[in-house]
Amino acid sequence: MATASNETTFLLGRLNWDAIPHDPIVWATFVVVALGGIGLLAALTRYRLWGWLWREWFTSVDHKKIGIMYIILALVMLVRGFADAVMMRLQQVWAFGGSEGYLNSHHYDQIFTAHGVIMIFFVAMPFVTGLMNYVVPLQIGARDVSFPFLNNFSFWMTAGGAVIVMVSLFVGEFAQTGWLAFPPLSGIGYSPWVGVDYYIWGLQVAGVGTTLSGINLVVTIVKMRAPGMTMMRMPVFTWTSLCTNILIVASFPVLTATLVLLTLDRYVGTNFFTNDLGGNPMMYINLIWIWGHPEVYILILPLFGVFSEVTSTFSGKRLFGYSSMVYATVCITILSYLVWLHHFFTMGSGASVNSFFGITTMIISIPTGAKLFNWLFTMYGGRIRFELPMMWTVAFMLTFTVGGMTGVLLAVPPADFVLHNSLFLVAHFHNVIIGGVLFGCFAAINFWWPKAFGYKLDVFWGKVSFWFWVVGFWFAFMPLYVLGLMGVTRRLRVFDDPDLRIWFAIAALGAVLIAIGIAAMFVQFAVSIRKRQLNRDVTGDPWDGRTLEWATSSPPPDYNFAFSPVVHGLDAWWEMKKAGATRPDAAGFLPIHMPRNTGAGVVLAALSTICGLALVWYIWWLAALGFLAILAVSIAHSFNYNRDYHIPAEQVRAVEDARSRALAQGA
Amino acid sequence: MSMTATAVPPGKFWDTEPHHHEEGASTSLGFWIYLMSDCLMFAVLFAVYGVLGANYAAGPGPKDLFDLNLIALNTAMLLFSSITFGFAMLAMGRGDQRGTLRWLAVTLFFGLCFLAIEIYEFRHLIHLGAGPHRSGFLSAFFALVGTHGLHVAFGSIWLVTLMVQITQKGLIAANRRRMACLSMFWHFLDVIWIGVFTFVYLLGMI
Amino acid sequence: MKHMAKPGRLGWLSVLVLLAGCKAEVLAPAGDVAAQQRDLLVISTLLMLVIIVPVMAMTAFFAWKYRAKNHQARYMPDWDHSTKLELLIWSAPLLIVVSLGALTWVGTHLLDPYRPLSRVAPGQEVTEDHEVLRVEVVALDWKWLFIYPQQGVASVNELTLPVDRPVEFRLTSSSVMNAFYIPAMAGMIYAMPGMETTLHGVMNQPGGYKGIASHYSGAGFSGMHFAAHATDDAGFDDWVQTLRAGGEMLDRARYLELEAPSQNVAPMGFAQVDPHLFPRIVNMCVEEGKMCMAEMMAVDAEGGAGLAGTMNMAALTYDKFKRRGTRAPVLGWEPFQVLSFCTPEDSALMFGNASVEARSLADPAPLRGRGMEPPAGLFGRAATSEITLANPMAAKARGGDGHNL
Repeated sequence: MATASNETTFLLGRLNWDAIPHDPIVWATFVVVALGGIGLLAALTRYRLWGWLWREWFTSVDHKKIGIMYIILALVMLVRGFADAVMMRLQQVWAFGGSEGYLNSHHYDQIFTAHGVIMIFFVAMPFVTGLMNYVVPLQIGARDVSFPFLNNFSFWMTAGGAVIVMVSLFVGEFAQTGWLAFPPLSGIGYSPWVGVDYYIWGLQVAGVGTTLSGINLVVTIVKMRAPGMTMMRMPVFTWTSLCTNILIVASFPVLTATLVLLTLDRYVGTNFFTNDLGGNPMMYINLIWIWGHPEVYILILPLFGVFSEVTSTFSGKRLFGYSSMVYATVCITILSYLVWLHHFFTMGSGASVNSFFGITTMIISIPTGAKLFNWLFTMYGGRIRFELPMMWTVAFMLTFTVGGMTGVLLAVPPADFVLHNSLFLVAHFHNVIIGGVLFGCFAAINFWWPKAFGYKLDVFWGKVSFWFWVVGFWFAFMPLYVLGLMGVTRRLRVFDDPDLRIWFAIAALGAVLIAIGIAAMFVQFAVSIRKRQLNRDVTGDPWDGRTLEWATSSPPPDYNFAFSPVVHGLDAWWEMKKAGATRPDAAGFLPIHMPRNTGAGVVLAALSTICGLALVWYIWWLAALGFLAILAVSIAHSFNYNRDYHIPAEQVRAVEDARSRALAQGA
Repeated sequence: MSMTATAVPPGKFWDTEPHHHEEGASTSLGFWIYLMSDCLMFAVLFAVYGVLGANYAAGPGPKDLFDLNLIALNTAMLLFSSITFGFAMLAMGRGDQRGTLRWLAVTLFFGLCFLAIEIYEFRHLIHLGAGPHRSGFLSAFFALVGTHGLHVAFGSIWLVTLMVQITQKGLIAANRRRMACLSMFWHFLDVIWIGVFTFVYLLGMI
Repeated sequence: MKHMAKPGRLGWLSVLVLLAGCKAEVLAPAGDVAAQQRDLLVISTLLMLVIIVPVMAMTAFFAWKYRAKNHQARYMPDWDHSTKLELLIWSAPLLIVVSLGALTWVGTHLLDPYRPLSRVAPGQEVTEDHEVLRVEVVALDWKWLFIYPQQGVASVNELTLPVDRPVEFRLTSSSVMNAFYIPAMAGMIYAMPGMETTLHGVMNQPGGYKGIASHYSGAGFSGMHFAAHATDDAGFDDWVQTLRAGGEMLDRARYLELEAPSQNVAPMGFAQVDPHLFPRIVNMCVEEGKMCMAEMMAVDAEGGAGLAGTMNMAALTYDKFKRRGTRAPVLGWEPFQVLSFCTPEDSALMFGNASVEARSLADPAPLRGRGMEPPAGLFGRAATSEITLANPMAAKARGGDGHNL
C-alpha cells in the first residue's frame, strides 16, 4: 500500500497529494479532529484566552503548571491510543471465516504500531513525568525544579514528538513495524516510505525532552531538598522518582544513539543493522532492549511510590518497612539493566545465556514482592478509608500480582519458547502496565487533584470509572491469556479458526467496558469542575496527608512555600501536625526569588518539530533552516541573563494572609 | 484540621531566616549528569564499533585506510586545545578577562584545526570509495568519529558564543559558570578522543 | 479434540485443557518437547501460586478487616517495622526464586533448542535406530519454504513429519526476521536472514497441526501459516513420493522467483532441490556473482581485501529488495553488492561438504577480479598500490557486466 513515490521536489520533498491517506476512516477522524480543533481555537479566540494561555501556561516555568500540562497531554493521547486499541479489537472479532475484516494490512499494521508507541511514549511517559514534576518539588519542600526553563523546554519537546506522531495519521503513514521497529523490517529496504521516519523523529524529539527532564529532576532531588531532609527521610515517591530519573538519564541516551544509527541506515545507507555488508540487525534488538527494559521500570517505579503514599495515607499509618522499600527500589533500578535479553530468548543465544537472563529476571521479583508485602503490612493494623485512590491501590495489588506472576513465567526460557510473541505475552504486559502504571496514575490523579485545584474529584463518577475500568480490564485481557495458551500470536489481522472468535468477542466486550470507564473519568472531571464549590478544600490537606505537599495551600502559591519547611523525620507534615506546628504567619515575610517565564522553550520545541517533519518528508531546505533557527534561538536565549525576579514580600504577605483567613473560616 | 497549638516555635519547622540562595548552584551537577548521559551515547557507539569493527565486507580494513601520522597530529591538536582551555580557566581564576579571551581563541584555533584534519580524513576515505556505506566497519567508524567531531563542532560554536558573552558582560558569575561547563565539556571530548584514538586507530593498526 | 493430553501423569491438566475448549495446543501439545515445556510452565505456575494466592488472599482480607468502619480491629498508627516480618517478606520470594531458578537452569539446558533430542517420548530414548530427519526452513515473504535435504525434495507452506522421529530444523530467512512456530511441537525460534538457527523437536501423535510465523514480518504476515502434518513413516514416504512425482526443480533461479513477496500462498512442492541452495540462502549469495558470507568472513578474518575491496562491487542489477518497493537511501550511495572473488568451481567447493560446514571456507580462493593482477600471496596486499582509486559510482556504471569475473 505504501506505493506513494519517493520522488522528491525541491520545495516539498516527497510530500505531494498522494500523501493524504485514501481511507474513509482516516477522513472521518480528520473531520472530527478538525472540527474539534477549529471549535477549540474559535472558543479561545472568542473568550480572548490566547494571551492568558501563552503567559500563564505555555511559557510558564512553574513546575506545577508544567506537570498539569504533561498530564493533559497524556490524557489526550490516551484517547488516541485507546481508539487504536478499539479498532484492533474490532478487526480481530470481525476477521473470521474468510472475512478480511474492515482494515487492510497497511492500515492495521500502522494501528498496532501507533498504539504501542503512543501508549508508552505519549501516555505513560507524560503521565509519569507530569506526576513527578508536580509532586516532587512540593514533597521535598522546594520552590521549583533546578532548571525551570529546561523543564518547560522538555515538556514542549515531548508535546512536539506527540505532534509528529499525530501528523502521521493524516499526512502519509505511520510505521508498520511494531512499536520497537526492529530492522531489517524498519530499514529503508522494507519500509521505504515515511512511516518509520515519523517514528524515528517523533521519538527523537520527545526523547530529548525526556532525557533533559530526567537530568532536571535528578538534580532537583539531590540538590533542592528542604533543610533536614536527608536521603533516608525522603518520601517514598521522591525516592522512586529519583531512581526513575536516574534510569532515564542512564537509558534514554541508548535509545537516542540506536535511533540515530537506524536513521543513518535509512538516510545515508550505512550498514549498522542491514543483513548485508557487515551489518547486524541483532545488535539493534539488543540495544533497543537495553533501553527498553529499564524503560519498563521508568514507568512503574514512580507508581510504586504513589501506591506507597496512598496506602500509608489512607491507612492512617506510617509506611511499613520504609528502608526496605528504599532498598527494594534501588535493587530494582540496578537489576533492570541486567535482564534485557529476556525479551528475545528465542533468538538462540544458547542455554547458559538464556538461563542467566531468566534468573536475573526472576530475582527482580524479589524486591518487587517485598514491596507488595510492605504495602500489605502497611494496611495491617490501619484504619483504611476506601477513598478513590485507595480503591485503585487495592485493585492494583490484586491485578499486578497476576501480571507479575505471568511475567516470571515468561522469564523461564523454555516456557517463553511457547509463549513468546503470543497473546499471552500481550496480556502479561497489559496486565502490568494497565494494572500497575495506569491504575497508579488514576490513583495519583484522584489523590493529588485536590492539591492541584483546591477541590476533590466527584466520588460517584470516580467509582463508575473505577469499576468499569477494573472489570473491563479483566474482561479484555483474561481472554488473551487463554488465546496465548491456544498458540495464537500477536499482531495477526485475520484468523481461520472459528473457535478463537468467542475469546476475541469477550476481549472486545472488555474494551467497551474500558471505553465507558474512560468516558466516566472525563465525566468525573467535568462534574467535579462544575461542582467545585461543593467539594472545595480550604485546608490544603484533604486526606490527612503525611508529606510536605499537604503543608501548603491547595492549589499552592507560585512559590509553593513562603518559608522552607524544616524536616525532622520521615512523614514531615505528619510530624508537624503531631507537634502542633503553626504556620509562620507572624514572622516577617521575605521577598522570594523566582524564575521568570520564557517563550524560548516553546519556540525551540516548535522549531524542532518543524525540523523533524521536514526530515521525514525530505524537505531539505526546511530542515536546514529549522536547524539553523534552533541554533540561532538557543544562542540568542543564552544572551538573556535576566532570568529571574523576586516576588515582593508584600505580595507574599497578601497571599499568606488570604490563606490564613480561609483557614480560619474553614476551621 | 486544627492547628491551634502554639507550643512549637515556627522556627523549628519553618526556615524563617533569610538565605542567600546561590544562583545556579545546581548547574555543575546538572551538566555533569548531562555529560554522563552523553558518555553513554558514546558507549553505545564504541560498543557498536566493537561489534562491527571487524566486518570489512571484503572491503578495506583499518590498515589500508588509517594514516597514524595524521591521526597523531590530530590528537595533538585536541590535546593542545585542552591544555589551552586549562590556561583560559587559570586566567579566569585570576580575573584576567583579556587573558581568558586570548586563551579561548587559541583553544578555538586548535579545535578548528582538529576539525579540519578530521574533515580532510573523511573526505579522503570517501574519495577512496571507503565511505560509511561500504561496510559495517566503516559505518561504525564514521559514526563514532563523526559524532565526536560533531561534538567538537558544537563545542566550538559554544566557545565563540561564550567569547562574545565574556566580551559583553565580563567575567560575571553566570559566565564563569558557563566557562566551567564548557571546560568540562571540552575535556570530556578529549577523554572520548583518547578512547577513539586507542580503540579505533591504535588497535586497528596493530 | 484431535489431540488430548495424555492420560495418567498429566491427567490433572484436563481442567486447564477444558478451560480453553480443548484447543489449547500449548497446554495439550502433540510433541514431547512442547509437552516438557508445558510441564515446566505448569510447575512454575504452581510454584508461584504458593506465594501469589496467600498474597491476594491477604490483600482482600486486610482490606476488609482494617476498613475504617471496623473499630474492632486494632489500630497501630506508628507500627512500621518488624525485623521478623522483614526477613520473611524478603526470604519467602527468595526461596521461591531459588527453586524456580534451579528449575530454570536445568530446564533451559535440557530444552535448549540446539540440543539434539535424547528421547522421542517419555521413556523412549533416542537410539541409533532413530535417524534424525533434517528439515531446512526458510522464511520467505510471506510463506515458508521447507527443504528436506535427505530426501532431496522441498515444499512451500506444507510440512509433513513422521511421528516419533527426531527432527532437526535449520532455520533462516530471506529478508526480515521471523519466527518459526508449531505450537503443538516444540516452541518457537527466530529465523533470521544471513543467520542459521536450530530447533530440535518431535511429533508424537499423528494429525494435522497449525504452523505459524510468530514474529511480525510485514504486510503478508497474517497469511503466513502452514499446515503441519504428522503421519506414520509410510505416510511420510508417500508424501515424499508425491512431491517427487511433481517434477519441478527448485534451483537458484526458481528460488529467486519464489522469494518475491506473495501472500496467502497455497502449498506447493518441488521434486528436486539444488543441494547448495540452503547454504547459499544462509550465506545470502543465491544471486549470481554475489559474494557469499562465508567467503566474506574469511576475507575479513584476513583483514579485509584492502583497497581492492572498494572496487569489487556492482550496483544491484538484480535487487530482491526492489520487489518490496524500495530504493536507495536518499542522501547516500546507490545500493551495491560485493562481488565474489571465487570462481564457480571455488564456490562449489565451498559448499561441497554440505551445509554443516557452510560457514567455514573449505579453500579460500586467491584474490581475483577485474583490473587486478593475480596476487602474490593468499590475500597479498602488494597489488593494492597499483590499483587506481575508484568510487562506487564507477562500479555502478560497470554494473551490467560486473558479474563476469
